[in-house]
Amino acid sequence: MAATTSAAPVPGPSPTHRARRRRERVLAALLLVPALIVFGAFVFWPLIHNFYLGFFRNPPFPGLPKHYVGFDQYRDVLTSSDFLDSVRTTVVFALLTVPIGIGAGLGLGVLAHQQLRGIGIYRMIFSSTVATSVAVAAVIFGTLMNPQVGLLPWLGLTTNPTILQNPEWALVAVAVTTVWQTLGLTFILMASGLQSVPDDLLEAARVDGAGTWSRFWHVTLPMMSPTIFFAVVVGSIFAFQSFGQIDLLTQGGPLKKTNVLTYFIYNTLQRQSDPGKAAVLAVALFFLTLLLALAQIRLLERRVSYER
Amino acid sequence: MSVDARVLHRRRVLGKVGRYALLSVLAAVVIFPVYITIVNSLLPSDAITHQPPKFFPADPQWGSYRTAWNAGHMGHYLVNSFIVTFIITIGQVVTAILAGYAFAFLDFPFKRLLFVVFLATLMVPFEVTIVTNVATISSLGLYDTYAGLAVPFLATGFGAFLMRQAFLTLPHELRDAAALDGYGHWRFLWRVAVPLARPAVAALSVFAFLSAWNQYLWPLLITKDDRLRTVQIGLKQLQTVSLDRFNVTFAGAIIAVIPLVVLLLFFQKHLVRGLTAGAVKG
Amino acid sequence: MGRVALDHVSKQFDGVTAVDDLSIDIADEEFLVVLGPSGCGKSTALRMIAGLEDPTAGTITIGDRVVNDVEAKDRDVAMVFQSYALYPHMTVHRNIEFPLRSRKVPVDERNQLVRDVAESLGLAEYLDRKPAQLSGGQRQRVALARAIVRRPQAFLMDEPLSNLDTKLRAQTRAELVELQRRLAATVIYVTHDQVEAMTMGNRIAVLDRGVLQQIGAPHDVYARPANLFVARFIGSPPMNTVTGTVERIEGALVAEIPGGHIPLEAALADAVTTRGLDAVVIGVRPENLRFDSVAGIPAHVTVVESLGHERHVICRLVDQQLVVVRQGAHELAPAEGSSTFLVAAPDALHVFDPTTGERVGI
Repeated sequence: MAATTSAAPVPGPSPTHRARRRRERVLAALLLVPALIVFGAFVFWPLIHNFYLGFFRNPPFPGLPKHYVGFDQYRDVLTSSDFLDSVRTTVVFALLTVPIGIGAGLGLGVLAHQQLRGIGIYRMIFSSTVATSVAVAAVIFGTLMNPQVGLLPWLGLTTNPTILQNPEWALVAVAVTTVWQTLGLTFILMASGLQSVPDDLLEAARVDGAGTWSRFWHVTLPMMSPTIFFAVVVGSIFAFQSFGQIDLLTQGGPLKKTNVLTYFIYNTLQRQSDPGKAAVLAVALFFLTLLLALAQIRLLERRVSYER
Repeated sequence: MSVDARVLHRRRVLGKVGRYALLSVLAAVVIFPVYITIVNSLLPSDAITHQPPKFFPADPQWGSYRTAWNAGHMGHYLVNSFIVTFIITIGQVVTAILAGYAFAFLDFPFKRLLFVVFLATLMVPFEVTIVTNVATISSLGLYDTYAGLAVPFLATGFGAFLMRQAFLTLPHELRDAAALDGYGHWRFLWRVAVPLARPAVAALSVFAFLSAWNQYLWPLLITKDDRLRTVQIGLKQLQTVSLDRFNVTFAGAIIAVIPLVVLLLFFQKHLVRGLTAGAVKG
Repeated sequence: MGRVALDHVSKQFDGVTAVDDLSIDIADEEFLVVLGPSGCGKSTALRMIAGLEDPTAGTITIGDRVVNDVEAKDRDVAMVFQSYALYPHMTVHRNIEFPLRSRKVPVDERNQLVRDVAESLGLAEYLDRKPAQLSGGQRQRVALARAIVRRPQAFLMDEPLSNLDTKLRAQTRAELVELQRRLAATVIYVTHDQVEAMTMGNRIAVLDRGVLQQIGAPHDVYARPANLFVARFIGSPPMNTVTGTVERIEGALVAEIPGGHIPLEAALADAVTTRGLDAVVIGVRPENLRFDSVAGIPAHVTVVESLGHERHVICRLVDQQLVVVRQGAHELAPAEGSSTFLVAAPDALHVFDPTTGERVGI
């Protein structure tokens, strides 16, 4: 806020000045406190508390006290094959959903960017999945992939055992569901990014002799790099946080082949009532997500060109 | 037209037809799951398992919707979702406006640091916090209550970020003029700043509504029976209970989607604005 | 070679006519300025030549071929945009090089061409910078370099100087003209600035609301405007115009204006009678009016603006209409508030039809 300055050259702020500044600080505190309480209680405190909880091993029966084991639990859990498999599954899942999701969103975005009559209808259809939640998508796809429903055999996609119980294909099935569900959002994002490419640049490229593909590669894509970068970072963070689809479609199976880290945490907490182990896993998830975001920012942001 | 022009014209028309064809095929693929869901929700349950699958309900059976709504409690679940989503949306919007205003118009120590703190919350995945949050909410006595469902989500870093951006775009002179007219911060905020930032408030509201409505993990953890179940968990319950009455499950899915479809029909523009706030500016 | 022709070209957007039956023949090596206020269709016409818009009617010829069905990228014209349209993520070198890459020119030849053009425009030391690091004037030169490097049949320029500050604009104007002569290039230059039009073009084409008003050498357009629009658009300060009724006094035809009458000499009188006009618009340029203490059209001096090298004297006629007189600084200035008379030589008078705006007479 631009504070009005006094006319006379008084050394240091005048008393009214100081009073106003103090009022401003009090007001700022009041305005920020509600949000800070929520963050403190439900974001930062749990984060810190996780570290602490990880030091305690929980007994197999509730009611008995937990006992302090220091870093032993951390070491045991983080080196267990279950954990490493889970991390691998999570990474594979992200690799399956993010590139395909963004590629599909970008492709559809480009196709829907043309000046055709009625293009609005196509845009509406492509963005429609934004109305679906993870649960809705999972229930729809889950039922469609149910062997009792005749859809898969008709499409020629029979596997033995059926897709959602098939250790080789279950994760792919969940990935397909996820890509479809997020398609609407990704499409909207990409379409907006395309809109931001300045028309006169594309026209200059046309006059300069660049064909359609050349224009896309040399002008559109570079100018869209901030949007794509954002989509990749946010998309992978969301991929790491996927839960609902797993719970509804495969519950981490078959043979733990879809046991992504979030589901592992949930399972450990709710089914096995082991908050200590769950806390360790949660800490691991936090650092993995952080690492992922930072790595992407470090590696990719260099190639992003921001506006002139 | 010359011969060349005619050839070019034909090529152009074919090109257009091809483009429409491609768009239509892709649109069909995208809309197929929802389409087949609607179709199957209107078929009698034995027809769904029929091979080959039917693509059009010759004799629509609306009974599955009635079953899903009543016996399947979908109506009740919708009410719960509305209540919780409403509370969360109001909470997020209000805290975002307050915090955004502070960051945009006020000067105070540690302003930068506090803003980083707000943004840092975006880095902490919700799944990481569940271990403690369940315990916290229980100890507050809020397990299986509307409050328990809503409280952890009453503020987001994204909301504060969005509102700060919006307030920063207001001309500086407005605040000065208002000050000279005798407006303190509080009145300026609600009488001038918020009305001018209405698009951002709308965008944030839509976004908050969408995320709150689609929540899955937290309602799963915090509710224990049908009383407070939200529509997402309710759908899971419906699926379990309906067994092989797939038409009922499908009807439930459609019921769960319709409120959002209605919301987006009116507010898609605002959603787009909210999403791209971060993306295009980087 | 580098000639460009528009033959009855029209463009309609959703029922609005942007360009109406435009026919212009631009000769090889000619510098044609297309001048007009915003919204007059000049940019649309340029874009149709470039191939960025399709004409609703008419043909466009570049060189010796009709290009209506030829895509922009194959038309062999270069365009300098008002916003320069430089690729922000590419270096200056890559920006200039871009059109050559599209034409699959080999690397070594490309680099040589880019270097040559950059040097000729004083950009050699900026080749590795990005557009964001350059000043407005430098960016404009990069846009020019990108256009030049291809040696196109014609250069299309859409208000390239409007984003430069005034001083730089004057300097760049001269440089552009010099460049065109050196390259012996055909240039079609769109602007709303009549100073640019007068100083740069071999010919000026004046457009208003999509219709060609007049086309000719700068001097012709200035000295013999074809209608009221052109008369008022070109010249600063603008031509003074007064409407007068046609009367016959002692057998001679005069135009009766507030405060007096202006005799119409023979040829003009004939033209007026032939058209059957009972009213005319008389136009006189500010520099063609002089003050007389004895006789003429009575006027009251309100403001004297001294610009250093010249003077603008603003007067009011008896009915309060404003008239501007332009004097050299050495001439005697009338006092503000004084009453005086205005006179002009008969051959400095322009006569227009008040309903159609067309020029009457020779």
